[in-house]
Amino acid sequence: MLSFLNHLINGISLGSIYAIIALGYTMVYGIAKMLNFAHGDIIMVGAYVCFFAVSSFQLHPVVGLLLAIIVCTVLGTLIEKLAYKPLRQATSLAVLITAIGVSYFLQNAAQLLWTSNPKLFPDIFNGAAIKLFDGELIITVSTLVTIAACIVIMILLTAFIDKSKTGKAMRACSEDKGAAQLMGINVNRTISITFAIGSALAAVAGVLLCTTYPSLVPTTGSMPGIKAFTAAVFGGIGSVPGALLGGILLGIIEIMAGAYISTSLSNAIVFAVLILVLLIKPTGLLGKQIREKV
Amino acid sequence: MKKFFTSKMKKSNWLVYAGVILAFVVFQVMSGTGALSSTMEGQLVPVCAYVVMALSLNLTVGVLGELSLGHAGFMSIGAFTGAVTAAALEGAIPNSGLRLLVAMIMGALLAAVAGVLVGVPVLRLRGDYLAIVTLAFGEIIKSIITNLYIGMDSTGLHCSFLNLNFTMQDGKMLLNGPMGVTGIEKISTFLSGFLLIMVTLVIIFNLVNSRSGRAIMALRDNRIAAESVGINVTKYKLMGFVISASLAGAAGTLFALSQNTIMANKFDFNTSILVLVFVVLGGLGRMWGSIIAAATLTVLPELLREFSDYRMLVYAIVLILIMLATNNPTLKGWFARIFKRKGAEKE
Amino acid sequence: MKKFAKIVCLLTVLVMALCCFAGCGEKTNDAIKLGGTGPLTGGAAIYGNAVNNAAKIAVEEINALGGIQFEVKYEDDTHDPEKAVNAYNSLMDWNMQICLGSVTTKPGEATSVEANEDHIFYLTPSASSANVLGGVADPLTGVVDVERKDNVFQMCFMDPSQGKASAEYISSQKLGEKIAIIYKNDEVYSTGIYNSFKLEAEALGLNIVSTTTFTDDTDTDFSVQVAAAKDAGADLVFLPMYYEYAALILKEAKDIGYAPKFFGVDGMDGILTMDGFDTSLAEGVMLLTPFNADAEDERTKAFVAKYQEEYGEIPNQFAADAYDCVYAIYQALDEGEALKNEDGTYNYDITATELCDMLIEAFTASDFTFSGLTGENMTWTADGAVSKTPKGMVIQNGAYVGM
Repeated sequence: MLSFLNHLINGISLGSIYAIIALGYTMVYGIAKMLNFAHGDIIMVGAYVCFFAVSSFQLHPVVGLLLAIIVCTVLGTLIEKLAYKPLRQATSLAVLITAIGVSYFLQNAAQLLWTSNPKLFPDIFNGAAIKLFDGELIITVSTLVTIAACIVIMILLTAFIDKSKTGKAMRACSEDKGAAQLMGINVNRTISITFAIGSALAAVAGVLLCTTYPSLVPTTGSMPGIKAFTAAVFGGIGSVPGALLGGILLGIIEIMAGAYISTSLSNAIVFAVLILVLLIKPTGLLGKQIREKV
Repeated sequence: MKKFFTSKMKKSNWLVYAGVILAFVVFQVMSGTGALSSTMEGQLVPVCAYVVMALSLNLTVGVLGELSLGHAGFMSIGAFTGAVTAAALEGAIPNSGLRLLVAMIMGALLAAVAGVLVGVPVLRLRGDYLAIVTLAFGEIIKSIITNLYIGMDSTGLHCSFLNLNFTMQDGKMLLNGPMGVTGIEKISTFLSGFLLIMVTLVIIFNLVNSRSGRAIMALRDNRIAAESVGINVTKYKLMGFVISASLAGAAGTLFALSQNTIMANKFDFNTSILVLVFVVLGGLGRMWGSIIAAATLTVLPELLREFSDYRMLVYAIVLILIMLATNNPTLKGWFARIFKRKGAEKE
Repeated sequence: MKKFAKIVCLLTVLVMALCCFAGCGEKTNDAIKLGGTGPLTGGAAIYGNAVNNAAKIAVEEINALGGIQFEVKYEDDTHDPEKAVNAYNSLMDWNMQICLGSVTTKPGEATSVEANEDHIFYLTPSASSANVLGGVADPLTGVVDVERKDNVFQMCFMDPSQGKASAEYISSQKLGEKIAIIYKNDEVYSTGIYNSFKLEAEALGLNIVSTTTFTDDTDTDFSVQVAAAKDAGADLVFLPMYYEYAALILKEAKDIGYAPKFFGVDGMDGILTMDGFDTSLAEGVMLLTPFNADAEDERTKAFVAKYQEEYGEIPNQFAADAYDCVYAIYQALDEGEALKNEDGTYNYDITATELCDMLIEAFTASDFTFSGLTGENMTWTADGAVSKTPKGMVIQNGAYVGM
């Protein structure tokens, strides 16, 4: 029973990270209608920035996190300006391939800059943990911080999108770009802001990911990226609460499948559940049903 | 059957056939006279396999209009079925050409079955949801093959899943779980690769020019309108998808039997993306584009060896630049003007 | 459609021209050409680059002696068997005379077949599976999957012998009552060691209480595997894997307050020098390894110093194996005497086939022994596997100590 609880906590922690990454996917998708495959690699860049700040320059982890957020935001905006903005009118497939190109670019650039030697992310919390039931149930501080960060980000983001002017502009753009433009909303600027926010979230996710799973290599972001994308679809792509729900469910399913069925099948089981959900609810758990018209 | 061949064929299609035959003859002669470097020589069959993969994915993405991110899964099924079949039949069919054919048909058949299994549920979904589900299926197929063990000895075939739990006295491991297939007898030849490309082209062109093909394209262009004139959505989508899957399976067999060893994680998400890049760069629905893009982009990293560490970076930059250039309205207009002017001069 | 025809013609001409360039270039050699394939880019690049660097150091040292000259070239295979064959072919276009094999195992299984067909001598530093050599029965099925390739030799331990040696060591030293194993089941190296370990452990009556796996896609999260070992009450965890995964397992075990003995294999070497690794986590970890960068002998000290000076990092076991490969070949050629012409020059134009026969004979000769960084008095037989004794090491205060 206790080991079940342990697995559950691990699953929620992993799921929280997926949820933060999935938020970035979902926001960008909701507004720009593009699958940003480079998102996972921005996570990796964020983690590297924080790694070097903390272990090479001996900065405080919070400063490292802030640096990572700044670098990723700039990088995300830059990528959007150079690679995605010229393709606003192009087919979604062309944008997808460009995003894949950007992803290859970031991975290979990271490899040239920082080599592919795995780096072990510093243990920011020094392995501190809450031990219950004679050490049978263990909740590490990094798990608590990850879950808390996920909840805080979710609340802030929901408030931002619901209440602020930019947030309203975002919602308008995702509903109907043409109409939004007619109402005087700067669509291009709104999309850029979305990318900036998504990239900042990616930086946070990168740091959290590496505090929990400390191995850092140039491909660190790709598998979590794909999983988070799956989580976003799972919860209904374009929906913020959907990303949270999808992320956490995915994390729990992955850990439970590994613990009670087989670790070598855990990925297959995650994807099989995704397929089942989509077959029953074709737009994901909390996705909106859109009626098609000719 | 006669109607199949005499059906109206566009001139451009004949040009594609001619181009492929010409390329085959040129490379065959070069290979025969020893003018081809070992690097090129070794690439001939894999290039054929990637060309067929690109053609088959172009059928799904370009003609059927559905984005698939898991096409490597079908290639994987074809590859492993083909490799296992070829090894199992080593004694029964001594002729390697015939064995390759049987293996390829088995690979294509099993990939087609998988195509039906995947297609029936998946094709109900739309757009990006469909894309993610194909990705998921690709990953599931990879996981299943990674955990599958098949061996053959004098008592027959042995199979197990997840753990290797049989022992054999003599015989051979045909598929050793995550270690894949080792010691494959390389029976794929450039000629067989060429023939597979030709067969693929015949199938795709005839499908596109047939009544079913027009129904499929009508569904792509406007599903609701097509549905309202009585086109059976599931039937035609499934038809296109299954044909595409079986061709990918045949390509997989061709590929596997040109390698010394194959593993399931070779056919992952990245391979699916690689083939998708061929298709998009070559042009959706344009078969000749897929052929050229697949051949060039397969050989390109080998030619870029000089750049060593930077070659994948160069590849990424080239990819982005091509996408930006081909989708730039100014450049597009510029090209259009040039070609127009040329046309006008000729008149 | 004219445009299309033009493009086809243009492309054909282009490709033909390129092939011609690639094909030509016959000239006499001024060195024996050694070639190898390895992952110089991608996720496994750390191994490829280590081998490439160390082979270069060895060749520079030999060339500086002024006798026979070598030239070494590594081509990138990105740890993919298909790309490895391409890389091998491109080395053949460069007229490689001796092959240093592939760095990683699966590419090694592919290139060794090609090398066998071309009959070119093949000595791999680190491609360690039984199928690279061929002719070895799978311990689980008892079947030989790949025929012996007579030109292929290994510098590293073959995976099955390492698994067997580990089980024997654990049993004879009575290191653990209940043993847990975590291994990477989509990697030939890890699976190969595991299979033979399990078989030998059963034969020796060792009690294996938990066996869990991970793959490429799940190689960051070890919470499930470590929890399984803990729940089963294992007092020794066997880790047949590379150090980057082992480092994560050690950290996870510490996080959940689980402190069994850990026992690793030669892939564990490198853990102490990993960026950001807290060496106190590895306290008490045992491993069987042929190489120790902290060793006090002159040869190792000189090599480590030179490697650090040129590449700024501590060489791992892969680098040491590659360095030994070049020197073993040098020694097998009688330090160049075997290729000396009567006028004192060297016969650099010898064909790969002649060299292959010469080297096979030298390596399998009953009086041929080689002492290098990874072992003293190594010998080879016609089955291609090296015979050397692994050193049992235990990590104390951030350094290896012999057991």
